[in-house]
Amino acid sequence: MERQEYNITAYTENHIGLLNRIAIIFSRRKINIESLNTSPSEIEGIHRFNIVITETEDVVRKICRQMEKQVEVLKVYFNSNDEVVWQEMALYKVPTDVIAEKALVERLLRENGARAVVIRKDYTVFETTGHRQETDSLLRALQPFGLIEFVRSARIAIIKSSDGFNRQLREFEEAKPGAEVVENEYLNDREGVFAM
Amino acid sequence: MNSQTLPVLDTLIAEAREVSGAEALLQGLLAEGVDTIFGYPGGAILPIYDALYDFKEQLNHVLVRHEQGGIHAGQGYARASGKVGVVFATSGPGATNLVTGLADAQIDSTPLVCITGQVFAHLLGSDAFQETDVINITAPVTKWNYQVTEAREIPGILAKAFYIARSGRPGPVLIDITKNAQLEKLPFAGYAPCTRIRSYRPAPVVRPAAVVQAADLINQAQRPLVLWGQGVVLGGAEREFQAFIEKSGIPAAWTILGAGALASDHPLNVGMLGMHGNYGPNVLTNECDVLIAIGMRFDDRVTGRLDKYAKQARIIHLDIDPTEIDKNVATTVAVWGDCKQTIPLLTRLVAERQHPAWRQRFADCHAQEVDAVIKDALFPATGELTMGEVIQQLNELTHGEAILVSDVGQHQMVTCRYGRLNGSRLHITSGGLGTMGFALPAAIGAKFGVPERTVVAIIGDGGVQMTIQELGTIMQTGIDVKIIILNNQFLGMVRQWQELFSDRRYSFVNIQSPDYVAVAKGYRIEGQRVAERADLRPALEAMLAHPGSYMLEVMVAQEQNIFPMVPQGCSVSEIRLR
Repeated sequence: MERQEYNITAYTENHIGLLNRIAIIFSRRKINIESLNTSPSEIEGIHRFNIVITETEDVVRKICRQMEKQVEVLKVYFNSNDEVVWQEMALYKVPTDVIAEKALVERLLRENGARAVVIRKDYTVFETTGHRQETDSLLRALQPFGLIEFVRSARIAIIKSSDGFNRQLREFEEAKPGAEVVENEYLNDREGVFAM
Repeated sequence: MNSQTLPVLDTLIAEAREVSGAEALLQGLLAEGVDTIFGYPGGAILPIYDALYDFKEQLNHVLVRHEQGGIHAGQGYARASGKVGVVFATSGPGATNLVTGLADAQIDSTPLVCITGQVFAHLLGSDAFQETDVINITAPVTKWNYQVTEAREIPGILAKAFYIARSGRPGPVLIDITKNAQLEKLPFAGYAPCTRIRSYRPAPVVRPAAVVQAADLINQAQRPLVLWGQGVVLGGAEREFQAFIEKSGIPAAWTILGAGALASDHPLNVGMLGMHGNYGPNVLTNECDVLIAIGMRFDDRVTGRLDKYAKQARIIHLDIDPTEIDKNVATTVAVWGDCKQTIPLLTRLVAERQHPAWRQRFADCHAQEVDAVIKDALFPATGELTMGEVIQQLNELTHGEAILVSDVGQHQMVTCRYGRLNGSRLHITSGGLGTMGFALPAAIGAKFGVPERTVVAIIGDGGVQMTIQELGTIMQTGIDVKIIILNNQFLGMVRQWQELFSDRRYSFVNIQSPDYVAVAKGYRIEGQRVAERADLRPALEAMLAHPGSYMLEVMVAQEQNIFPMVPQGCSVSEIRLR
């Protein structure tokens, strides 16, 4: 099986220590987390992790199941890049005098849709948001012009086919206690989204 | 809120009294039905031990000699009794000494609740005396863990801990409690057990369609084989399992943690799987047409080389833990759920069969194995004593009713292969982690868990020296544990590998022993040492007849190998008989 980028989306409780429990699932297999973002979700009190790794589908599925096994994790999905809408944000700090002197630089920034966030006499901070290739290409373009600092955010991704987590959460909350608790209609669905 | 609940709440609030976090913890343990705690006190857990002074009548605290001994005793207690084992340790080194036991319990799905003391909350992160980051150290080896920093959290967290430890696929849980939380007061109106957690699914729901598919496959099969594991025991599904096997007439083989769920002498029990398992179930795994795995996880010691494992067979896998499905072996049909629920559904749908020709294959393999291995292992007429004959003689005296607790290595494999078990929970051993030093403390715990049974610890001369300090626990509690040391003066299993695969380059496997009988005597434990065949039976009889603990050291052949053997990296069908 071929390795490719996968976007892992996890809905979790907001619990101290969970980040470590999730991280060690990757590190014990010596897998590098390329990007990790935690944020609120569409539901108050439910946290959302976005994690990007490059692996085979088989390994990603096993990892997602091991994540879902954690007590505080409600549900985990994994998707290839074409199944999600994703964005990353980047900030570039450039000497202001270079921009003032060289029209080429200004054009570069404009062409890349960069927006000035802070303008000072000594430096200017630009921001772009987009796919990895876009933020990367601007980074390469700015290197010769005295780029002072660069930073890129983690990836955030929305699953194209998802209708949100509200319905699933209701199922979780309505489920009766005890041995017969569970709903897992997706559990054996080997295409794209799986969950228990 | 309706008007009826209000007075109830009023009464509860009125009844609530102020107790310390430590007392709330102990009240909670009582409410959870805990009767025994294995532990070791220290600075950061002092308030809990102070409170324990007032609970001496209700809670039996067993003072161990090392925290590792404490947690292995908790494991032995849990494995023998089916109840949750409870362990106390202090912060820092006390807590880190639990790590091996936690890892062992995690991989062997043993329900434990471990309570560790921690420094005051305001000192966290300051490298205070005996401070260590227990939560992060134990995260990979616990099913769940939590740090309590305020007394009011204690009842709720303890309830959650017990629920998580014993529900679904069981496992160890650790609660780290800062000293201030043990000392602070909280209003305590009673203990409410936990019955559900929003984000936690103990067991997936059973999909009837999968059960029907599985039954169809089984009914079409000509050469079906059942592999069962500890899931049958943890699910308490032994009777359901036996009914399924007897109706379907399918030969069934076991993993070492599943041993005994079907009695050793049941005609459909065809033996042990894996590296040192029986010849038939290993070889015929690669000839069956439908493989039915129940509550087992296809460990590498069971499967051998995966790309040559049961490739001809269609695989049915029954498991409560979704992460196990397709983890090592791809399934044709996955039956999710607690096997206590799923097995009876399957039994209803399968046809009554006998499979005489197929079963004859197992009988033929067994005859070959008896001839090549078992005969000499169990009934040698001359030569040095064998480990096998010790187990055989023990079987004849205990009739499969004693709890055997084995350590790790050659003697463990011999005990697995030859120990007679009339039921489940009668052989306790460290399966997944392979923890040397497990048996002595685990045997102590097993005896506390099931006092009415004879408990026999079977340990090698390597393993016993790892936790020999727990003889002190035996001495102080007066618990009755029979200890057999099978002394071959080697780290036998490693020596076997060095003999077979490293051209007899015996690298650091020659291990000296103290005079065990003298050591036992120092702990006021009776004992004797035997080296002659004629002395073995009387010595075992003396051990079993002795009131109280007893240590029997048996000098066995120095260089004996365990066969059959599936060499590492080989297929199960390449199993060697010699």
